[in-house]
Amino acid sequence: MAILLNRSTRVIVQGFTGKIGSFHAEDMKRYGTKLVGGVTPGKGGQTHLGLPVFNTVKGAVRETRAEASIVFVPPPFAADSIMEAADAGIKLCVCITDGIPSQDMMQVKRYMRRYRFEDRMRLVGPNCAGIITPGQALMGIMPGSIYLPGRVGIVGRSGTLGYEAASQMKALGIGVSTSVGIGGDPINGSSFRDVLKLFEHDDETDAVVMIGEIGGPQEAEAAIWARDNMRKPLIAYIAGLSAPKGRRMGHAGAIISAFGESAQEKVEILKEAGVIIVPTPSSFGEVVADTLARTKKAA
Amino acid sequence: MDIHEYQAKELLARHGIHVPRGGLAYSPEQATYRAREIGGGKWVLKAQVHSGARGKAGGIKVCSNDEEISNAAEAMLGRKLVTHQTGPRGKLISRLYLEEAVDIAQELYLGFVLDRKEERVMIVASAAGGMEIEEIAETAPDSIIRATVDPGVGMQRFQAREIAFGLGLEDSLIGKATETIFSCYQVFRDYDASMLEINPLVVTRDGSLVALDAKMSFDENALFRRPEISELRDKSQEDPRETFASDRGLSYVGLDGNIGCIINGAGLAMATMDMIKIAGGEPANFLDIGGGASPERVAKSFRAVLGDKNVETILVNIFAGINRCDWVAEGVIKAIREVGVTVPLVVRLSGTRAEEGRRILADSGEAVIVADTLAEAAEKAVAAWRAATKKKKAA
Repeated sequence: MAILLNRSTRVIVQGFTGKIGSFHAEDMKRYGTKLVGGVTPGKGGQTHLGLPVFNTVKGAVRETRAEASIVFVPPPFAADSIMEAADAGIKLCVCITDGIPSQDMMQVKRYMRRYRFEDRMRLVGPNCAGIITPGQALMGIMPGSIYLPGRVGIVGRSGTLGYEAASQMKALGIGVSTSVGIGGDPINGSSFRDVLKLFEHDDETDAVVMIGEIGGPQEAEAAIWARDNMRKPLIAYIAGLSAPKGRRMGHAGAIISAFGESAQEKVEILKEAGVIIVPTPSSFGEVVADTLARTKKAA
Repeated sequence: MDIHEYQAKELLARHGIHVPRGGLAYSPEQATYRAREIGGGKWVLKAQVHSGARGKAGGIKVCSNDEEISNAAEAMLGRKLVTHQTGPRGKLISRLYLEEAVDIAQELYLGFVLDRKEERVMIVASAAGGMEIEEIAETAPDSIIRATVDPGVGMQRFQAREIAFGLGLEDSLIGKATETIFSCYQVFRDYDASMLEINPLVVTRDGSLVALDAKMSFDENALFRRPEISELRDKSQEDPRETFASDRGLSYVGLDGNIGCIINGAGLAMATMDMIKIAGGEPANFLDIGGGASPERVAKSFRAVLGDKNVETILVNIFAGINRCDWVAEGVIKAIREVGVTVPLVVRLSGTRAEEGRRILADSGEAVIVADTLAEAAEKAVAAWRAATKKKKAA
């Protein structure tokens, strides 16, 4: 498989019967995702979109052998849903919900660590577009049609900017192994570094595009990790050159509050670590094409 | 969300942290009356604006009689205080806070922030208080004490005690300092704060520990469960363009350029602003219309963007996933006809129902400049803005 998700991954939807959950569940099913059911407390026993509804994640796991879950639960209850998934033995949880309080996320991350590493759930998001392995499965809200199956991994904070990158690549005939949205919140489940590690060890990925933005230490940490551990080319863009200090740019985490968090500073750190920089958001396609051509030549 | 110093002090005082006696005033008369209430012979009049560094900007005055208080209040009220944190537009002073003057023996720094690397609440303390933390980090980095809190069990008293001893306080103050630090953490946690700063926390000559200043910000994602904090919002401290947008559920940040932006997704919005800059223009704002935006919502975005009189061109850039380009196009036409768009308008539609969206624009007969790619959209917007300003100058 590419990473995290393929056509045989058994997926449930938390917040299944709600308007948003239903809409995206149908979309994911249509794309080919192996959806096996959903959870809405109080609606257990019903059938929704031709699939069974459960009261609890444990119940859903027991009956459907689900291994992955996608969360569309509203912000006040989302942290609880993520912890429920972790406790039920779900291996991969994608949380789409935008607006979860930071303190709730601190608790979620602390809670997840109560399990042994090999039993620990991997969380992607919250406030993200999800995961897509083109041609196989979708666990997210991105439009499937803009991704060509291929061998370049994408990891980014922003949904729509990720679409922009994928469609520029598609226009040049370059496909994607898996695209992972890690979300725009200050505290998130998987970091850039976590996802880069997976891509580095994936036989079906040749290069990785990282789409970062202002705020937080994760892009710099990822760059240092890549410098020391990554053999595949890493290509990166950082959004927010024109963002003023101390102002939140939409995402809860997109704010320059410390040294090293502006786009300019991050680009410098990335460059020093040997990361290939995408200079403008309209040149994702060319830079990736150029990098792939050079790697091929060198090999 | 930021709150005022006096509001933060009220919260802290409610949790047992000592603050100087003080009172709020909206007029010079109220300020002098407050002085009588507080008693004593020396007071500090402080402009209540959402910014630090007020002292250097003339927002803090020490007074010793009614006339001085009245004059200082007169001079401050209704004025815009410009500090290096407010930007050149400054922030309106409409509330004053009068406090008893405190006899200071030592100034400390105490701060609580969300540390994104550790993903925990971090406490930062220093015996070199009174200056900004960035300054302390530069001039006295060794004085900075840091500790993080395990979110599973919360802060422990030993952590507060370690900090108190680390600050080099006298033995008689250790108990008080431990309680102060511990209570601050509880306030931070119980109200979903994102930042709490007491700078300076002072040791007075008579041996007590007092929060002389207090700054707090709150996690906006947690306001749904903190109505008592939502109530403290002061719209007069916000950019009116941002208040207009946020009251309509739009994510908007006002900037100083001339090209208004209407985009979906925070990352794409930042990237589009970058592209405008690279193409030689300056963005007037950040605006994310969010997912599933209706034509009405798009039209509202135009109202928000055009509320800024500096806007001379508008760029709409949509890469629709859960949005629909046909709805966006309908919203654009609605805005042109109902809001009135007299500046050049560049629209780029991509993703879900982009074809339908482009057809709606073409069939409308309205003067919309269409672009296919992000680069083209930015270039066309900057070119249209240049042509429009040239025309304006000629006329």
